[in-house]
Amino acid sequence: MMNYIWAGMIIISLVFALITGNTAQLSDALISGADDAIQLLLGILGIMCFWLGLMEIAKRAGLTDLLAKMFSPILRPLFPNVPKNSEAMRYMSLNLSANLLGLGNAATPFGLEAMKELQKLNPIRDRATDAQLMFVVLNTASIQLLPTTLCAYRATYGSERPFEIIHCVWITSVIALLAGIIVAKVFCAGKEKEQLRR
Amino acid sequence: MEIIVPLVAVVFIVFGLVKKVGVFDAFLSGAKEGLHTAYMIAPTLVGLITAVTMLRASGAIDMLTQLITPVAERLGFPAEIVPVAVLRPISGGGSTALLVGILEKFGPDSFAGRIVSVMAGSTETTFYAIAVYYGSVGIKKTRHTLLAGLCADFTAVVFSVLTVRLFFT
Repeated sequence: MMNYIWAGMIIISLVFALITGNTAQLSDALISGADDAIQLLLGILGIMCFWLGLMEIAKRAGLTDLLAKMFSPILRPLFPNVPKNSEAMRYMSLNLSANLLGLGNAATPFGLEAMKELQKLNPIRDRATDAQLMFVVLNTASIQLLPTTLCAYRATYGSERPFEIIHCVWITSVIALLAGIIVAKVFCAGKEKEQLRR
Repeated sequence: MEIIVPLVAVVFIVFGLVKKVGVFDAFLSGAKEGLHTAYMIAPTLVGLITAVTMLRASGAIDMLTQLITPVAERLGFPAEIVPVAVLRPISGGGSTALLVGILEKFGPDSFAGRIVSVMAGSTETTFYAIAVYYGSVGIKKTRHTLLAGLCADFTAVVFSVLTVRLFFT
């Protein structure tokens, strides 16, 4: 899937650049895009290391078990194939907590650890399991309680009440998340068990 | 709200001290994982961000936006929000720049300003999440993840317009 999307994006960009005459911009974009990616990575590397350091403390202190228990009622129905007291559940709980608190830079490393654990439960190495699929879908939707960065932008540009849209954000996020979960679940239904049985 | 990050850090560390964890040792061994994580996601980031930047520079995204705008307007969506809605799933930085542009031009408390705010607050960069998360563990067959992610994004666009209409007009 990613193979075709990625190749398609680059081929289409060349075709369009030839049509629109944006060839110089395209050439610049290739170089600056690659540079931006590494700048972005370097920009979040420090805070990512910091959060993973804190996570290790939380893990050794048993705080992650506590979080996993807290999130268990939500996570169990979404991830029926993931064992209850597994590392995967702990990391997913951490990822979810970080997302809820709006700590995006913490959510990514926690989420990647969760993917690593989920991968250990994956019988077909290069194919996503139902659990991995659901987990990625949760991370493609936004589940923050307080969109602080957004409200900071609103305040900067002179909003009378930067937080006044927050109930709209909550309603929209929940419905969008449900839409994602429903699509994920409907297309997953039954196929996983079949495959595991084989 | 600025206090939340240091507060979380302190809660973790105090909890560790109470449980007699060697907190600095634990921190160091965890932080080392950060470098590994960066190493794992670097190739995906370079590939994806370059492709998205190229796609934007080529004018293809603008073309798509122009195609969608008349349809969106007929459905009652303001034209200004279409570029943000189109760019949001593929580029976090790009859509944030457009968001800021709209807040600046129309004001955060305008109809369009509110809609793009809700949209930005209720969606994530779908492509980025899919590429980074699957890329890090070497999964190629992502099945219907993209479909589910884009359905969620589309729903978010529709409901950001609906909720702002409902509560602010």
